[in-house]
Amino acid sequence: MLRMVTMIAAIVLVGCQALQSEQALPLRGTGDLGLIIERATGSVLVIDHSEHDVLGRVEGLGDLSHASVVYSRDARYGYVFGRDGGLTKVDLLTMTIANRVIQSGNSIGGAISQDGRYVAVSNYEPGGVNIFDSETLETVLEIPAYYVNEQGEKDQSKTVGLVDAPGNQFVFSLFDAGEIWTVDMMATPPDVTRFDAGKEPYDSLITPDGRYYIAGLFGEDGLSMMDLWHPEQGATTILPGYGKGEQRLPVYKMPHLEGWAIAEGNAFVPAVGRHEVLVADMNDWSMVQRIPVQGQPVFVMSSPDNRQIWVSFAHPKNNVVQVIDSQTREIIRTLEPGKSVLHMEFTPRGEEVWVSSRDSNRITVYNTRTLEEVKTLSAQKPSGIFFTNRAHALGL
Amino acid sequence: MARRVGDTFRYLPLLAVLTLWPAFAHSAEPKTEAELRNFVVQDCGSCHGLTFKGGLGPPLRPADIEPLSVEAIEAIIREGVPGTAMPPWKALLTDDEMTWISKQLKSGALL
Repeated sequence: MLRMVTMIAAIVLVGCQALQSEQALPLRGTGDLGLIIERATGSVLVIDHSEHDVLGRVEGLGDLSHASVVYSRDARYGYVFGRDGGLTKVDLLTMTIANRVIQSGNSIGGAISQDGRYVAVSNYEPGGVNIFDSETLETVLEIPAYYVNEQGEKDQSKTVGLVDAPGNQFVFSLFDAGEIWTVDMMATPPDVTRFDAGKEPYDSLITPDGRYYIAGLFGEDGLSMMDLWHPEQGATTILPGYGKGEQRLPVYKMPHLEGWAIAEGNAFVPAVGRHEVLVADMNDWSMVQRIPVQGQPVFVMSSPDNRQIWVSFAHPKNNVVQVIDSQTREIIRTLEPGKSVLHMEFTPRGEEVWVSSRDSNRITVYNTRTLEEVKTLSAQKPSGIFFTNRAHALGL
Repeated sequence: MARRVGDTFRYLPLLAVLTLWPAFAHSAEPKTEAELRNFVVQDCGSCHGLTFKGGLGPPLRPADIEPLSVEAIEAIIREGVPGTAMPPWKALLTDDEMTWISKQLKSGALL
């Protein structure tokens, strides 16, 4: 009897503790929070960018060698896409794993639908896209990326550059097949449409208004663009042959197009295998200029006010970041945040930018007006930095 | 293979260039073993996975590269694989470093 009472007491106590831990949380919003990937330890840091503070660490997320995050529309949960096919839903308030599934053998990134109901993951192995209920992480749809390979056999392509688009669509590219596919989540069952694109799309972006989907090409000089207002026109090649007649340098790291820069009616994109940022006129997609930079650009990101373009670089010249004035298109500052800079993230209104240095185990925060360092924070092999304002932006 | 002294002199300017070149390339300076290990896991891991289970590039676990000799792997690292995303690393790594990496991959020591 006594044992039973003790047991009940224990259960009640545990129940209370669980309740208490939720109740003991400070009442707060998530608008100034974010996650930082710690790629070697399979963990993420929950940070507060108002206070420049690390609030805590969540562990057990698997192989994060290539990881990214999208947010639920209430900005409480971050969906972390890991290399090993893991999809982890992290609760930023309790700093715990709310849910986790291993949905493939090898994945590259993901997106959340416009209405917030679906989370889609882009996979290398097996090649295709899987779509989940954002609430429960139950499978809603599997889209194997079938194509016919060079040997004439049916194969599955690696998929890349998955984004959400207006009209509750997902758009992604097939690296091996050279195609762009759109998925209409409003149709029952969801409607998949295929379009021919250029050779080996390696990543892509969607313009902030959700109109243009642009895939960078590894297999040729140029980019494949789709006007999503007119999908019937298919994909067209822009900036064709931007390096014609020149020997391309070995590409030590694939550029990333996420967060690419659009300023003054021009698009700023990283050139593949060249020490250049390409500037294209967005009216007719003609080449305006090629800006020489100190290495092969990986991220080319504009500040929220579009006044500055921040550029990070591929190995081995990856210990610096260069800042370009979007108007004069000249480099105005070269910064040294630490060894092996991997990612940059602007605060929502752009007064600061956070920069991760993998091999210095450091995050450096800069003021974008003075270009001076504001603060440094410790992190273990940090890579991607993702703030919750992404919850309310298309394509992020 | 016997080589005449004259040949050596003939190639001396080239040798000088080759010897000096890494100094200009700045990044080919030899790395410590810890730096090299970090490089392989982190930078090769960007494409091949931190645990070498593959990504954009193929998996590199001992079982995956079983048919390849240390020399063959070394050659792939040195020259890259044309037509794929694997670049040649010879400008950034010394011969000894490439040998070391190949051996580590074969033995699975970095896993």
